[in-house]
Amino acid sequence: MAPPRIEPLHEVHTRRKGRNMGVLAALLGMIVVVFALTVVKVRTGGFSEAFDHVVRPQLAIEADEGTDG
Amino acid sequence: MTDASLHIAPAGAASDEAAFGDYVALLKPRLMSLCVFTAAVGLVAAPGSVHPVLGAIAVLFIALGAGASGALNMWVDHDIDGMMKRTAKRPIPAGRVTRDDALAVGLGLSGLSVVMLGLAANWAAAGLLAFTIFFYAVIYSMWLKRTTEWNTVIGGAAGALPPVIGWAVATGGVSWEAALLFGLLFAWQPTHFWALALFVKTDYHAAGIPMLTVTKGRNETRRQAMAWAVVTVAVSMAFALSPAGGPLTLAVATVLNAVWLQRAWIVWRCDDAASHEDGHAAEKALFKWSLVYVLVHFAVIGVEALLPMGGW
Repeated sequence: MAPPRIEPLHEVHTRRKGRNMGVLAALLGMIVVVFALTVVKVRTGGFSEAFDHVVRPQLAIEADEGTDG
Repeated sequence: MTDASLHIAPAGAASDEAAFGDYVALLKPRLMSLCVFTAAVGLVAAPGSVHPVLGAIAVLFIALGAGASGALNMWVDHDIDGMMKRTAKRPIPAGRVTRDDALAVGLGLSGLSVVMLGLAANWAAAGLLAFTIFFYAVIYSMWLKRTTEWNTVIGGAAGALPPVIGWAVATGGVSWEAALLFGLLFAWQPTHFWALALFVKTDYHAAGIPMLTVTKGRNETRRQAMAWAVVTVAVSMAFALSPAGGPLTLAVATVLNAVWLQRAWIVWRCDDAASHEDGHAAEKALFKWSLVYVLVHFAVIGVEALLPMGGW
C-alpha cells in the first residue's frame, strides 16, 4: 500500500480560498451599500427629532406659532 | 502558516465541495440580470423621482430578492432537476451544494433583500418583493409547476413583477401604468416560452411536469402562442399611449408588434410536418424575435422616460 502523501495545497484549499474571498467581497460590498444608504438618507431626509418627553426650544417655538395664529 | 493536508488516494481527485460560484449559480444570475433591467425601467418610467444612489441600491436588492427566489426554486425542484438534461448540472443535483444550504441561502437572502429594500425605498416596494418571492417559490415552484400545464402562464406573474416593484420604489405605490408594464411581461412570456417548446426537445414530461405541447398538443400550443401574442400587442399599445409612454415608445412598439404578430401568425398557420422539414424555422424566428421584442421594448420605455423631450 502506498504511503499517504502530504500535499502542500490541495485543490480543496484553492476552492475554499476562492469561497472565502467571495464571502469577503460580499461582506465588504454590504458595508459599502449600508454606508452609502446611510449617507444619502441623512443628507436627503432632513433633520428629524422624535418626541423625547422633554420640552426643547423647537417645540416651544412651534407651540407659540400655533397659538398666534 | 502552512496549510498542508494529509490526502489519501485517489490522489488529486477533485472534491465536490462547493465553490463560491456554485452559490452564485443558485441565484440564477441570468434571471437576476433580466430583473435588474426591467426593475430599472419601471423605476425610471414612473413619475416620481428617486436619488440615484437609492435607486441603484433598490434595484440591487430587487435583483437579490429574485436571486433568493431562484435558490428557493432549486431547493424545491431538487428531485426533478436531476431528471432533466438542462438542469442536471445545477449545484444541488450535481451534489456540490446541499439542499439545506440552498434553503438557508434562499431564506437568508429573501429576508435581507426585503428588509433592505424597505429601508432604502419604502415598505410598499418591499411588500411587493416579498410577494414576488412567495409567488415564485410557493405558488409556482411547489404547486403550479407540477400540477397544471398553465404553469407557464400563471407562474409568469413572478417574472412580470420586477418593473412594478421598480415603479413602487419611485412612487410609493402602484398605478394602472405599472399594471400595464406587468401585463406586457406577463402576456409576452407564454408566446416566448411556447415558441421555444415547439422546437426544443425537452424532458419535462419525463420529470412529470405537465407542458402544453404534451397535454393539449402542438396545434393547441401554436394557437395559444398566437392568442397571447395578440394580448401582448394590446397591452404594449395601451402602455405606449398612456401618460408613461410617448411618441418614441409608440413608434418603436408599432414596428416591434408588427413583426411579432407576423411571426406568431406564421407559427400558428404552420403544420407540424412542414415545420419539422424546415428545421422549425418559423418557431426559431418567433423565439429570437421575442428576445429582441422584450429587450428593445423595455429599453425604449426607459430611454423615453429619460429624454428631456420624451413622453406625451
